[in-house]
Amino acid sequence: MHEMALCQGMIGLIEDQRELQDFAVVRRVVVEIGALGHVDPDALAFAFDVVAADSIAAEAALEIREIPGRGWCMDCSESIDVPRRGEGCPKCGSFMLIMEQGEEMRLKELEVA
Amino acid sequence: MCGVCGCSEGETRVEHETAVQAPPREADPPGSACCEASSMRADEESDTRLVKVEQDILSKNNHIAAHNRSHFAKAGVLALNLVSSPGAGKTTLLVKSLEELSNRLPCAVIEGDQETSADADRIRATGAPALQVNTGRGCHLDADMVHRAFHHLPLEDGVLFIENVGNLVCPAGFDLGEAHKVVIASVTEGEDKPLKYPNMFAAASLMLVSKVDLLPHLDFDVNALIANARRINPGIAVIKVSATTNEGLDRWLQWIDAARAMAVAAR
Repeated sequence: MHEMALCQGMIGLIEDQRELQDFAVVRRVVVEIGALGHVDPDALAFAFDVVAADSIAAEAALEIREIPGRGWCMDCSESIDVPRRGEGCPKCGSFMLIMEQGEEMRLKELEVA
Repeated sequence: MCGVCGCSEGETRVEHETAVQAPPREADPPGSACCEASSMRADEESDTRLVKVEQDILSKNNHIAAHNRSHFAKAGVLALNLVSSPGAGKTTLLVKSLEELSNRLPCAVIEGDQETSADADRIRATGAPALQVNTGRGCHLDADMVHRAFHHLPLEDGVLFIENVGNLVCPAGFDLGEAHKVVIASVTEGEDKPLKYPNMFAAASLMLVSKVDLLPHLDFDVNALIANARRINPGIAVIKVSATTNEGLDRWLQWIDAARAMAVAAR
């Protein structure tokens, strides 16, 4: 359940923002999660409810935006969609891929009051 | 912006490139927001604003990891983060490696487990200093735990082994400041481990295939395991080892020497 630790990290960042931005309550938390990362969105949503309960974000809705996987195929020399790891380039089947996108875990923005 | 006084409530800037958008109001009627005392705590909906953050959720961990990395570099320490599922043979292999290494190179170990100091005790029996970190409910080591532990382990110009919690999922995401992640996959597991837990194999520089002395007794295809690992990470190095027969141990120690030479050269 590293999603718990991730949510603790999120709450920490939100607390930092409160210092800088002077708000009283968080209504919405927007995160970007890469489709090929190790974060399970359902587990993250569950953990967020638990971890945020006693925080400034207790009432906040969590919005999870998924970032699709993209990679560079060294054989095709072009950027390709990577819907899943270990399946290779959808065009040529090569596994010589350099991941470009899809592992994000980013706190994107907050809706605050 | 308020139509009357021109104040720009909400247009502050956040550290790291972040601009804060003003609240999306349909129109700013004169004197609506800031000039009327009542509107200061008016209707909650119209009071909300958007704060751009754009920070990695693990940015605090990554910050401490970067600190650890520069600390290791200054001390001439090669830090290796050993990861595997429970029971793959991390500790046994580590004990063997320390027996070979520690008479020619200073070594130290940070042991991560949810509970008990059993593994650290096994390591200390080799004479190498070891520090146990019990993560309690946690399923992985993080950079701060390593930071705190390393201050208790005086080590210079040597190798720091960080034995992570036995778990192929969570430790993949937490940078500890190590030079390399080394994933250990035993031949008593499935050949498809890399496909089932791709993030860890993607993050590792080296895969040690352990317990290869058992191969004659098993229906296990080592080449399939290696092919699966390279489907996830084409650049991963592979060494087959056995802590029972010492097969491959010399190659593993050579890999450590090479990694150490590179770390020292880049200092």
